[in-house]
Amino acid sequence: MDAPLQTTPLVDWHKANGARLVDFAGYSMPVQYTGIVAEHQATRTAAGVFDISHMGRLRFDGPRADQLLDHLLTRRVLDMQTGQVRYSLMCNEEGGVLDDVLVSCLESPSGKVYFLLVVNASNRAKIVRWLQPHLADFPDVEFHDVTDSTAMIAVQGPKALEICKPLLPASVFSLGYYKAKVTEQMSKPCIVSRTGYTGEDGFELIVKAEDACRVWENIMMAGRAHGIAAVGLGARDTLRLEAGMPLYGHELNESIDPYQAGLSFACSLKDRQFIGSDALAKKSTDQGLLKRVGIVLTGRRAAREGSELLDQDNRVVGAVTSGSFSPTLDKPIAMAYLPSEVSQPGTVLDVDIRGTRVSATVTVLPFYKRP
Amino acid sequence: MSIVPENLRYLDSHEWAHVSTDEPGIATVGISSFAVEQLTDLVFMALPKVGQEVTAGHEFGEVESVKAVSPMYSPVSGTVVGVHEELVNRLDSLNQDPYGNGWIMKVRMSDPSELTKLLDWPTYKHQCENS
Repeated sequence: MDAPLQTTPLVDWHKANGARLVDFAGYSMPVQYTGIVAEHQATRTAAGVFDISHMGRLRFDGPRADQLLDHLLTRRVLDMQTGQVRYSLMCNEEGGVLDDVLVSCLESPSGKVYFLLVVNASNRAKIVRWLQPHLADFPDVEFHDVTDSTAMIAVQGPKALEICKPLLPASVFSLGYYKAKVTEQMSKPCIVSRTGYTGEDGFELIVKAEDACRVWENIMMAGRAHGIAAVGLGARDTLRLEAGMPLYGHELNESIDPYQAGLSFACSLKDRQFIGSDALAKKSTDQGLLKRVGIVLTGRRAAREGSELLDQDNRVVGAVTSGSFSPTLDKPIAMAYLPSEVSQPGTVLDVDIRGTRVSATVTVLPFYKRP
Repeated sequence: MSIVPENLRYLDSHEWAHVSTDEPGIATVGISSFAVEQLTDLVFMALPKVGQEVTAGHEFGEVESVKAVSPMYSPVSGTVVGVHEELVNRLDSLNQDPYGNGWIMKVRMSDPSELTKLLDWPTYKHQCENS
């Protein structure tokens, strides 16, 4: 585990612009530039630009690529149209979540249809290993891990599209939510998708590694007058938490099933077989014991991962999976798994914050929805 | 009373102590501007109580930012005789005036010789610049 940290093609920009770099999933990544709250607010009110090049990008070519992915993913892939993006899970045979992913069906400029899987940085090695026996079963599917040869940049916020107007071809602005297109940025190849992990509208761009700095600078320049900010992983986490989005390793892991996680929409069980489908069919009718909920705390102190939740009888009923101060709500928020008797919105619980009891209320997710 | 960072003594964990000539047995304790800058976005501070015993090098409270909780360590041993209660509602005082309005507690020292073990300004400054 002592391998040197990997860097993204944008690391020099981050260093030159005051970023604090931290180790995240083996990458040296910016956690913040000016401050989490300022970067968070910029994304909610104007736009934020995020280096997300650490996320794994896996490409599948060949006429049976859709069949392979349909066998591996909880969402149907066989019926995907070119330009479509789906949020999906990859499960093990027991229905435990190996990763949550975005799968895109894309068409190259030469007219070739292929699939792109974006996986969590922390799971990339595990997923690539998991794929091996299945790739062997589909020898005609060509697999490439393109993470290192590409970069990924997210532009998110109410002004994201306006900022990108002068930079991207007109055709991408008619892309609907969860749609993607292979296009160009200043005559260099660029995959644009209308997706994100902040609760805001915006794009995620995949470009060649050598084009990353130019694209990033272009976005910063175009966004300056609109109040754009470079945003680090710190605010990326507070933004996704407010938006009620799960993060692998916190709300998701191999012992949590998609129904507990509130991700039944990401499981298409009807008329299909895939890895984990039998186990998931059983779990789907199980009135699951645990449920992922939101928690709003009183006071200013945030509960952090692992903080225990107690009911009125002082029994430990669960623990916080992610917690932070919410810049938008101006109060501490958290997510947790709770059994059904205490997971109803409005249920009052106590949170143990390093020995101090703080009152908290169960609430529906998300905490924040864009206006 | 004007406190300038050059006249303070420091723990390497960024807490400062100041002893005024008016009250030679009492140390005023706070955290440095370097610490405040590193923490950013402060939202909460858990303060000690008057009468509480504190020990040099041991935790006496916590400061919390949006993302992280950091313990605060006492630079001196003794009894807490004053706590800056209003600070919790005005954490921005720490950004504006960490060595004045940003003071955290006053301690009646049980062993004033502990002050000599703290870092002086040039040493502390050097440590911050090279961290």
